[in-house]
Amino acid sequence: MTGNSQNPALTGAPQQARTRLSALWRPALVQAFVKLDPRQLLRSPVMLVVELTAVVTSLLCFVPAQGVSTGLALQIALWLWFTVLFANFAEALAEGRGKARADSLKAGGEGLRARLRTADGSYTSVAASSLRRGDLVRVEAGELIPGDGEIVEGIGAVNEAAITGESAPVIRESDGDRSAVTGNTRLVSDWLLVRISANPGESTLDRMIALVEGAKRQKTPNEVALDILLIGLTLIFLLVVATLQPFARFAGGDLPLVYLVALLVTLIPTTIGGLLSAIGIAGMDRLVRLNVIAKSGRAVEAAGDVHVLLLDKTGTITFGNRRCSALFAAPGVSAMALAEGALLASLADDTPEGKSIVDYLRALHPLQEPARSAVTAVPFSAETRLSGIDWNGRVLRKGAVDSVLDFLGRDRASLAPALAREIDSIAQSGGTPLLVCADGELLGAVHLKDVVKPGIRQRFAELRTLGIRTVMVTGDNPLTAAAIAAEAGVDDVIAEATPEKKLQRIRQEQAEGKLVAMCGDGANDAPALAQADVGMAMNDGTQAAREAANLVDLDSDPTKLLDVVRVGKELLVTRGALTTFSVANDVAKYFAILPALFSGLYPQLGLLNLMQLHSPQSAILSAIVFNALIIVALIPLALRGVRVQAADAASLLRRNLLIYGLGGLIAPFLGIKALDMLLVAAGLA
Amino acid sequence: MQTSDYWQLIAFFVLVLAPAPWLGRYLYRAMEGERTLLSPLLGPLERGCYRLCGLEPGAAQDWKAYAASLLVFSLASLLLLFAILLLQGVLPLNPQKLAGLEWSLALNTAISFVSNTNWQAYSGESTLSYFSQMLGLGVQNFVSPAVGLAVLTVFCRGIARRSTREIGNFWVDLTRATLYGMLPLCLLLALLLVWQGVPQTFQPYVDALTLQGQPQGIPLGPAASQIAIKQLGTNGGGFFGVNSAHPFENPTAWSNLFEVVSILLIPAALLFTFGHYVRDLRQSRALLASMLIVFVIGLGLTLYAEYQPNPLLAGLPIEQACSLEGKESRFGITASSLWAVTTTAASNGSVNAMHDSFSALGSLMPLFNMMLGEVIFGGVGAGLYGMLLFVLIAVFLAGLMIGRTPEYLGKKLEAREVRLLVATLLVMPVGALVFGALAASLPGPLASVSNPGPHGFSQILYAYTSASANNGSAFAGFGANTIYHNLMLGLAMLLGRFGYLLPVLAIAGSLAQKKRAPLGSDSFPTHGPLFVTLLTLTILLVGGLTFLPALALGPLAEHLSLLGQ
Repeated sequence: MTGNSQNPALTGAPQQARTRLSALWRPALVQAFVKLDPRQLLRSPVMLVVELTAVVTSLLCFVPAQGVSTGLALQIALWLWFTVLFANFAEALAEGRGKARADSLKAGGEGLRARLRTADGSYTSVAASSLRRGDLVRVEAGELIPGDGEIVEGIGAVNEAAITGESAPVIRESDGDRSAVTGNTRLVSDWLLVRISANPGESTLDRMIALVEGAKRQKTPNEVALDILLIGLTLIFLLVVATLQPFARFAGGDLPLVYLVALLVTLIPTTIGGLLSAIGIAGMDRLVRLNVIAKSGRAVEAAGDVHVLLLDKTGTITFGNRRCSALFAAPGVSAMALAEGALLASLADDTPEGKSIVDYLRALHPLQEPARSAVTAVPFSAETRLSGIDWNGRVLRKGAVDSVLDFLGRDRASLAPALAREIDSIAQSGGTPLLVCADGELLGAVHLKDVVKPGIRQRFAELRTLGIRTVMVTGDNPLTAAAIAAEAGVDDVIAEATPEKKLQRIRQEQAEGKLVAMCGDGANDAPALAQADVGMAMNDGTQAAREAANLVDLDSDPTKLLDVVRVGKELLVTRGALTTFSVANDVAKYFAILPALFSGLYPQLGLLNLMQLHSPQSAILSAIVFNALIIVALIPLALRGVRVQAADAASLLRRNLLIYGLGGLIAPFLGIKALDMLLVAAGLA
Repeated sequence: MQTSDYWQLIAFFVLVLAPAPWLGRYLYRAMEGERTLLSPLLGPLERGCYRLCGLEPGAAQDWKAYAASLLVFSLASLLLLFAILLLQGVLPLNPQKLAGLEWSLALNTAISFVSNTNWQAYSGESTLSYFSQMLGLGVQNFVSPAVGLAVLTVFCRGIARRSTREIGNFWVDLTRATLYGMLPLCLLLALLLVWQGVPQTFQPYVDALTLQGQPQGIPLGPAASQIAIKQLGTNGGGFFGVNSAHPFENPTAWSNLFEVVSILLIPAALLFTFGHYVRDLRQSRALLASMLIVFVIGLGLTLYAEYQPNPLLAGLPIEQACSLEGKESRFGITASSLWAVTTTAASNGSVNAMHDSFSALGSLMPLFNMMLGEVIFGGVGAGLYGMLLFVLIAVFLAGLMIGRTPEYLGKKLEAREVRLLVATLLVMPVGALVFGALAASLPGPLASVSNPGPHGFSQILYAYTSASANNGSAFAGFGANTIYHNLMLGLAMLLGRFGYLLPVLAIAGSLAQKKRAPLGSDSFPTHGPLFVTLLTLTILLVGGLTFLPALALGPLAEHLSLLGQ
């Protein structure tokens, strides 16, 4: 057993996650060389081709060729190696950030032991890493929970700071919606009997680590598709360059092999090929830093594609609890009397609604309150459906309209018309009217309403411009639901929702070809979470929900789904933008290299030397240097990701085409020209 | 250019574009078995065909079965045509007593017509009997574009249908494409051509005594019917050796206009057929716009180049306003340039002037058109499915750039589609560059080249590009009828045909199985000017990047060397 001593690695985890890049570049530099291993490069075929050409060029340095000085060949070979190293460095840098966090989490679990219940009911100490799905373990206060699992027996407070960075302990108990526990979190009170739910290597942590490690990472579907396209482009350019020699011989000349190699490397999509892996890792790392764990990269990509978001009203769109927002005195009753009555009637009510009334009134009309011990609390009962206090012979009650009227022995018709109108308008606006009475007299109404979170309306509007519809799911009646929906600005609403209704809605949307995302926490959400294309479970939810979902939010904040959508989109946009940039670059490179290459065959092709580069040697060298340096220049963008504005598809496309398409066309003309001048000035070419 | 030239160009565009929406709708209805204007006439014929073959018109195939049927049909066609050409000496309808073809030429010709290329390493009038022309080549002239049309409809169905494996029935599509698509228009065009003086006869060649007192054989034959399908089916294989430069193939200005319009008539209409399939004619107009942009640029460049005087003749006492060498003086520069660009934009390959004699720059555009894989209108069916492949590439990049899994008209493009797409992208580089490089470096094949330097290189490049793109037009001056070139060009033609057909069918099959996502503001519009720009640039960029070095060593080097003189 690890003792009760605080593990520094655990408490330090959130800080380490924000490790600065400067601390990472040194190990990344080492990794860049380690990754030269061709077996590792197999995962990115474009860079493997570059490495092969680097080897060939290095060998060619020793073979004197006509027209190419050894110095030039050496420089070209060197820059080819740099190209591979830069790409490796980008990947290592991206890995480093994610791993720093994952490693610190993992460290806490090293040497951890668990009390495993054996068949005869006794306990035996085993290594936590040997636990398998279905094993039952007992955890005592102060210990780390040895693995992901579900509480079978017991209740306890768990500190999940290691995973979420949130230090306040949370209650976990069996048989409820809060029955799941995560490995490496600390039980701070009582004891628990936990059924382990993950085999070694499948835990939340393991998944987190697998997402940010280049060699183990599973490529996402779009990444695979893009990879194929890049291989295709590489093959095409291989054919283009390989056939040039016979064509040149037909024209009666011979092209230096080194130049051909240089042409090949500048044409194949090295920029995106070199950064592709880094982009993917960095994207997952952004997720990890949001405290969201994806079970696969696929789910993150799918999040970028969703058409419909199913969001629970409570906790996501509204604060979850109804709050007091206004009071209306009955005719003939003073506002002060109502305020006092409502405050007193709510004083002993510990429900969030009751507290909100007290908070509201304390701020509005501070008055001398009786001590809690002096009043007789009358708690809410199913029979009267009222709550309140008895104090100094006074009888103060509040409750739903009909309950209070029953209590007073009156009926709705006897209500003053002004109050009745007010009550109706509260209900119609989606709020809940409560009545307050004191000593048999009706004082007035309290308006409880669901308070929509600030800023949520704007986020939905952003989602709408991105083409994502939001559907609010709530157990409220349709009237209330519609009022809140209107206030929050959602597109649609499922009122009086049941798990079946949710599932049915998801199926219906999917049948129309749409991708659906939802989040949930309860066990009854599990089928819907499994059915949805993107299902995000709350970490404090049930194990069933966590298993059915493909994303788990460690902070249990449903609005994170919106961030996941953004990360998913950024991933794709970054890849697309750099691919476009990479291909557009080729135009300028042709204009640099072709005239240089053919200068001996057809001097008249010198007209293609639009950039007026100094000499064939300087032209080829500056093209290859540009090709290598552009990878370095784009590392920050690859790691950060291209920002996705809330805009419709056409304007997003126009913007990115202008920046990365047109930019990719123009930038190398300027860059190569500048490098050419520089290299000539330095006497390198 | 004179006023008549402008009128000619206007008439061309009007005649190609005006009937396209109507003809496209007709073809859609015909291919889907709906009632058309011609159903009362052709319906019984169609049903008769099915009964004769024991075919159930409703029986749908998945893409593999469809592809298998197509391959069986093509192989059978190839063997039959091969046999006819070998044995024509003993077959009827051979008044000139022409002998059977040498085997490699017969094989090359058989592949050429089955693959809708119509590359001709021979002269029709001195090599082929009427039997070979009509029952051999003629049949393929009808069915090879019909196959292309059938595959296009499969592609359209793949996009339009959802969650199904069924993409149609090859035999039904083939029958409908031939009967409704090819036959009626051919009858009409053949009659128009006969009216303009094109021969249509089984009589033997006429012996005439020329003014010089020399006897001369004047070739005749059932030409009009062959020429009609040659043009309409984007075939291009001339009845006579010099193709539509021959006065019997193309006697008048009117016949010239009819013929050149016929090249693009069906490909332009198919754009609208596609629009009807996907229930969105805006898509058709967008693709049309992109094609027209490239077409007009190419035409403008070629016209400009051809209207320049030949710099080599500048010092000589010759009055020249433009370079007419190698062109039919009956047609002049405009009609020749228009034809050259049109015939290479489509996979037609018929010529009314010798492309070898075009200025270096003027021959660049026809060459580039073919290198693009003939997607600017292109062959019947083949052009549009080639274009749609470019659309998928453009959509793939665009989709990523807006942060979504790329989709076209609601169909997601995933690894499988991209893999197939990449396979088609490799066809032209392999066929034109690799095969061209082989021909350029082997001493035997090299003997076919009649010029040294860049022009000779253009000859090789043109031949292999033309074969791979299934165009069939020739850069005269290249002696193609050797065993090596017959076989290698044959291989290039097969690659160009099936290297596209099979992946396209597979993509269609894969798309048909997918759901179709609804189009909203999240999916960018594939019909606006933005997409047209993106598509056009994608086409030019992919084509340009692949072939710029080769073009630099060929036409470009030649052009610049002429400028230097």
